[in-house]
Amino acid sequence: MATGVAAWLPFARAAAIGWMPVANCPMPIAPRDNSKKQDELIILNVSGRRFQTWRTTLDRYPDTLLGSSEKDFFYNEETKEYFFDRDPDAFRSILNFYRTGKLHYPRHECISAYDEELTFFGIIPEIIGDCCYEEYKDRKRENLERLQDDQEENKDLKQSNLNFRETMWRAFENPHTSTLALVFYYVTGFFIAVSVITNVVETVPCGSNSNQKDMPCGERYTVAFFCIDTACVMIFTVEYLMRLFAAPSRYRFMRSVMSIIDVVAILPYYIGLVMTNNEDVSGAFVTLRVFRVFRIFKFSRHSQGLRILGYTLKSCASELGFLLFSLTMAIIIFATVMFYAEKGSSSSKFTSIPASFWYTIVTMTTLGYGDMVPKTIAGKIFGSICSLSGVLVIALPVPVIVSNFSRIYHQNQRADKRRAQKKARLTRIRIAKSGSANAFLHSKRNGLLNELLELTGTEEDEQKLMKSTSLLESQHHHLLHCLEKTTAHEFVDEQMYEQNSLETALQAYPSHSPSIACHSSPAVTCCGRSGKRNSPLPNASPSPANPIPAHQSQLQELSALHIQRGNPLTHTSRIPRLRPPLQQPGQHIQA
Amino acid sequence: MKAKNRDQSLSDSRELDGSYDQLTDSVEDDFELSTVCHRPESMDKLQEQTKFTKKELQVLYRGFKNECPSGVVNEENFKTIYSQFFPQGDSSMYAHFLFEAFDTNKNGSVSFEDFVFGLSIILRGTINDRLNWAFNLYDLNKDGCITKEEMLDIMKSIYDMMGKYTYPTMQDDAPIEHVENFFQKMDQNKDGVVTIDEFIDSCKKDENIMQSMQLFDNVI
Repeated sequence: MATGVAAWLPFARAAAIGWMPVANCPMPIAPRDNSKKQDELIILNVSGRRFQTWRTTLDRYPDTLLGSSEKDFFYNEETKEYFFDRDPDAFRSILNFYRTGKLHYPRHECISAYDEELTFFGIIPEIIGDCCYEEYKDRKRENLERLQDDQEENKDLKQSNLNFRETMWRAFENPHTSTLALVFYYVTGFFIAVSVITNVVETVPCGSNSNQKDMPCGERYTVAFFCIDTACVMIFTVEYLMRLFAAPSRYRFMRSVMSIIDVVAILPYYIGLVMTNNEDVSGAFVTLRVFRVFRIFKFSRHSQGLRILGYTLKSCASELGFLLFSLTMAIIIFATVMFYAEKGSSSSKFTSIPASFWYTIVTMTTLGYGDMVPKTIAGKIFGSICSLSGVLVIALPVPVIVSNFSRIYHQNQRADKRRAQKKARLTRIRIAKSGSANAFLHSKRNGLLNELLELTGTEEDEQKLMKSTSLLESQHHHLLHCLEKTTAHEFVDEQMYEQNSLETALQAYPSHSPSIACHSSPAVTCCGRSGKRNSPLPNASPSPANPIPAHQSQLQELSALHIQRGNPLTHTSRIPRLRPPLQQPGQHIQA
Repeated sequence: MKAKNRDQSLSDSRELDGSYDQLTDSVEDDFELSTVCHRPESMDKLQEQTKFTKKELQVLYRGFKNECPSGVVNEENFKTIYSQFFPQGDSSMYAHFLFEAFDTNKNGSVSFEDFVFGLSIILRGTINDRLNWAFNLYDLNKDGCITKEEMLDIMKSIYDMMGKYTYPTMQDDAPIEHVENFFQKMDQNKDGVVTIDEFIDSCKKDENIMQSMQLFDNVI
């Protein structure tokens, strides 16, 4: 129960008047309000600033410092006030929590200072209201990350003894760990650059011999280029093998994108080595050399930006797909139109619709190479429409996609954050709800014990077992108890409910479900009146007309319940003596 | 001009979003703040009209004003407040009936006077007063007699407050059976309705009910 509405509990209890005339059972006894003292003002002196509030306001939350007797430690006899040597600004929100039932997080407050205050006053931060919860969690996470960064720096300084393999892996993944790793990092980077440049320069025409036309450098200085290529590939192979050796999970490493790029980069060389210089396969061999350009992707290990670009492309795949789809639609439409428009003219380059694709693409992207131009008037008209619409179709989505990138990226981050918070928040709400329900069930079991011992009239037992439920809680539980009696059903928690439904389905051995003095069943009225009994309940007493065995079984169940809870009933000798007093009119066994 | 464009673009984006239901959604007008504020009559007058002492009225008013700063409770608030006491079930129907019973002048809101008058009858009234109030609660259309349908509605709302997880499992005809029992007990001339006299008469004869009425003597 949200204790913010504690003031309305008398109203809720008064509203129970609607249940009384329809109930067939007597209502349980109301908890006594022993503290008949009037409501008084309490003065809380926090570092000189005086706050005043009613005692009942503080009593709303008995499991905090201010609501419990813990505050007596801070009581100052001379000035008759409670003195706390804490921050008065933070105390404002804490006192407001008692007043309104909602805990707010002031934005100007430092997160760790606020947390300390909450811990001091015994308030769990999870009950911060929804209005301030997100802000609180954000600040808390930032703080945690900052602490983690500090810790990681410390960890890096410490040289914990990993084995050789793990050291190598760490060196590969994070080049800043040691000098050797840095050297390795730069060497591989250098060789990637060398390899890429050689690939490019290979095709540049160098000076020619007198009798031959310009040859590309690759064919002129074959040996040199071959040596450079071999050296690069050797370095790459060694690097790949070392990474494979050091990887903690070799299978996962082999499946990762970077390792595939590595393999693709070095494979053509080996294939070229294996293959002979056969004319038939040399064509294929040449194609393979194209794959050498993939070595440039090896740079993504060295560049964070490339990795981010790759990631954003992957995450915007749907947007790109849509752009492609709409482009394809427009291209096909215009190509068809241009083909049929130019069909009439002679020596037209628009020989087929696929041939017109090239014209449409070049026109729509406003390139306009000029190798294909329409000659008929209709063709020119449609050509101009094509180029105008090209501006729209191409130029519009591109900025949209660019902004999409940043929007989607940020949105993903925010959505994940919100989803994580939502789950946590719903869990909190569920826990709070089930907490209050469970509190009632828990106190019901305790209450059984209390009722039982009240009958024996031993005060000490009662006090021993009386849990520290506040008057508010006991009144609320009494209200729920009255509802149970009115409807002749009991509250159970979810597990018990599942259990019971299973058992009634299977009709198995009797279960130890808590029963109260008013045994309830659909067919038998709650006053234990004998009569029609449709289905044998798991813990039905054998002879319905005789109340005493019923109570025996109930008592046995109670004692079994105690044993189950591990709470040894030390006064078992008293239980047989309860039989005679059970005939008291307060029980109303037989109506 | 500017405002119009803004509204237009707002509605356009809402339509594109697909999440905007044009039937139920409505733009809250900033000027239509519910500035209904109600101040109760003076404490002396309330003390004359009810049976509470000054201190009790103070405590009641403080609690009331804390939860409803505007001074009146509307039905939504009422239901929210009441549902906090019954986390396991659905108390909205019963809260609705209670609201109807407290809102004596039928203006859709319960002011502090209504609240305190009702509480005074329940907590400080005679047995007759309390039974009268309960009868008023049950008689949904205020025609002086309780029919089986009205009683069934009330009974269902009470059973709804228990929720799903009960022992024994809640059968669908439990309220109906309970209503039959009730009418058997209360309807003396067996004419299918319970009038106020039959109600008070039968309640006075029932020991259980008399005893439970005593519970309300020391709620405050």
